[in-house]
Amino acid sequence: MSFTIPKEIYSGKIKEMSVGNGDKSVKVGGESTFPFLTFEGEIPNIPRIAVEITDVYPEDWADPLKSVYGDIMKDVSGWAKYVEEKIKPDMLALRLIGTHPDRQNRSAIEAADTVKKVVDAINIPLIILGSNHVEKDTEIIQKCAEAAKGKSAIIGKAQEANYKTFAAAATSCGHSIIALSDLDINLAKQLNILLTQSGFPAEKIFMDTMSSALGYGMEYTFSVIERIKIAALMQNDTMMQMPIVNDVGIEAWKVKESKDTTTEVPMGVMWEAITSMSFLSAGGDMLIMRHPEAVNIIRKTVNKLYIK
Amino acid sequence: MALSGIQIFKYLPKTNCGKCKFPTCLAFAMKLAAKQASLDDCPDASNEAKEILGAASEPPIRLIKIGTGEDLYKVGEEAVMFRHEKTFYNPCGFSRMIKDTDSTDNIKLIISNLNDFVYERVGQHLKVDIIYIKNESGDKDKFVNTVKLVQAGIKRPLILDSSNIDNLKAALDICADKKPLIYAANEDNYETMTALAKEKGCSLVVTSIQGGLEALSVLTEKITGLGFKDIVLDPASKSLSSLVQELTQIRRAAIKKSFKPLGFPVIIFSGRYSDGDRLLEANISAIGVSKYASIIVMNDTSREIMIPLFAMRQNIYTDPQKPMQVEEKIYKIGEANEDSPVLITTNFSLTYFIVAGEVENSKVPSWLVVANVEGLSVLTAWAAGKFTPEKITKLVKESGIESMVKHRKLIIPGYVAVLSGGIESKLPDWKIQVGPREASGIINFLKNYAA
Repeated sequence: MSFTIPKEIYSGKIKEMSVGNGDKSVKVGGESTFPFLTFEGEIPNIPRIAVEITDVYPEDWADPLKSVYGDIMKDVSGWAKYVEEKIKPDMLALRLIGTHPDRQNRSAIEAADTVKKVVDAINIPLIILGSNHVEKDTEIIQKCAEAAKGKSAIIGKAQEANYKTFAAAATSCGHSIIALSDLDINLAKQLNILLTQSGFPAEKIFMDTMSSALGYGMEYTFSVIERIKIAALMQNDTMMQMPIVNDVGIEAWKVKESKDTTTEVPMGVMWEAITSMSFLSAGGDMLIMRHPEAVNIIRKTVNKLYIK
Repeated sequence: MALSGIQIFKYLPKTNCGKCKFPTCLAFAMKLAAKQASLDDCPDASNEAKEILGAASEPPIRLIKIGTGEDLYKVGEEAVMFRHEKTFYNPCGFSRMIKDTDSTDNIKLIISNLNDFVYERVGQHLKVDIIYIKNESGDKDKFVNTVKLVQAGIKRPLILDSSNIDNLKAALDICADKKPLIYAANEDNYETMTALAKEKGCSLVVTSIQGGLEALSVLTEKITGLGFKDIVLDPASKSLSSLVQELTQIRRAAIKKSFKPLGFPVIIFSGRYSDGDRLLEANISAIGVSKYASIIVMNDTSREIMIPLFAMRQNIYTDPQKPMQVEEKIYKIGEANEDSPVLITTNFSLTYFIVAGEVENSKVPSWLVVANVEGLSVLTAWAAGKFTPEKITKLVKESGIESMVKHRKLIIPGYVAVLSGGIESKLPDWKIQVGPREASGIINFLKNYAA
């Protein structure tokens, strides 16, 4: 028996999206094969990394995150600038957690003002995230989208209950959308169909299928991503061909293990890195992360995997 | 490769004698194809049929055992490319590299750390599974002494690595009964190495000097030609990108093409690609966990590296058809006392983890009563009639919670608010309070509840 490389034939391709403007713009997705398998398809863009900051001081963040940034976290534009200059991610994710009714319940105007500050502070593309409170996100997103008008940003996260508002905001200001569904391949597809049927272009949708942390349901996210990629690439399902975003930092740092700081490198750093790596192995196209060292580990690995 | 019922039918006697307890040979063939019957049940099967059907029923990736008795680790026998298709069966083994050039004190320290490090997670006791001893020095005595040192200090399955066959023989003289995995046979030495592994009853790593999967499969065919099959593959990939590609190609060739020469578990060395960076080494190991490595050799097994890798392996190797469950009992979160709130939820591990995590993050000490509903989430369990007022009443009465708290207030998940009336009528002493629908609302709920 002689060996021949067993290759898969792919009939579909992930949509290639462009975010941001000018020389800092970033392309995401576009692959026509499973992760790493460049011997049988193209992976034109390596997985992208966005680093997360918040509109208000994140009291609830774990200590290793607070200590890495220090007081700069109290000044949103300074924090944004620091991330761009020191961590050099592909994008910056601004989470407007302060708008949540259980937090500071900041108004749409306050939120938009923060977005404006961040837009002015950075050159890399911006992701604007609400607090995932369906009603409140609906209330603030139009104003926030306007504050970044023309920047080709990404706004999120649109859910089944508020996707129309997100679509309108994104369309009027030239942004893309992150569509969030509940760890279920059918719900993910359903939301993409709803969005496109409402007239929103498929080429401007990112999918977030909900990212559970390592040890806390990571395998569900992992298999949902794998199944979406199989449908997208092998069955050419056009409603599954949107790039996948994994919002890792927020989940990885929430778990009990990540609070352990007795080790040489904080456990949370590895929890975030390995959760991220799991999703990239399944087919994730973009990560939203928190700790610079975790970003560094992922970046080194990705470079070794894709850059010859 | 698995044969279809019709293909199997061709090899059966076609007498429809019924001795197999099935009415016809075709019915029996169908049962064989579904692996619900054994060819042994057919007394008239020809030798040819036994041989062909026997080979076809062999798993596409051979099961390999390292060690013996309590210190036995099994790898291989995987059947799918994607875990959702069925499941990944035998969790990959994490192996700690020890070099015989290390000082005795250092080796003792590594051993003592490995002995101390047992981590409990979801009912499993996790530890570094295998110890890899490398004859880096090339010196026979150093190698043998290191093996002795490890054997005296710790009980774990072993892998012995030397390029010198005499040194391997000397080491095996003192530990062959523990059935270590031997590293490694290549184009130059495979005949003597195979003879040695056969004689000692050990499994053998095969790696090609020439490199590439073509050369590797030629080599394993020569070795199986010598009547030896207990093989582990080291693809010796040149770069990380070729490693992950070759891991996929090996798994695919074995499972989808029934390519026997690569139908064996794979060992990888994360440190070969990590430039001495231990965090990068850990992340490379993580790729190995999900993408088809069976043994992962690492130079660093610190807690912050192993605990996330253990969690990842548990996740990836969970049977997707059997939800992970936690034990039905009362979980104490924080310094809960007789005045602390009492919450109830179901025993689907994900539900439990998320609810317990949010309760913990609220910093409000609480009691969490977990009901055994066969691993379903709250809403599914309610819909399936498993999370009912009767079930909850029984649990409240029998769990002992009534003697642990002074109050009689029970918080139920918001999604099953409809159960409140039913529970109150069965538990007249208790006041049922409806908590949030989603776990994300727990922090706020408990903070206001306590206030």
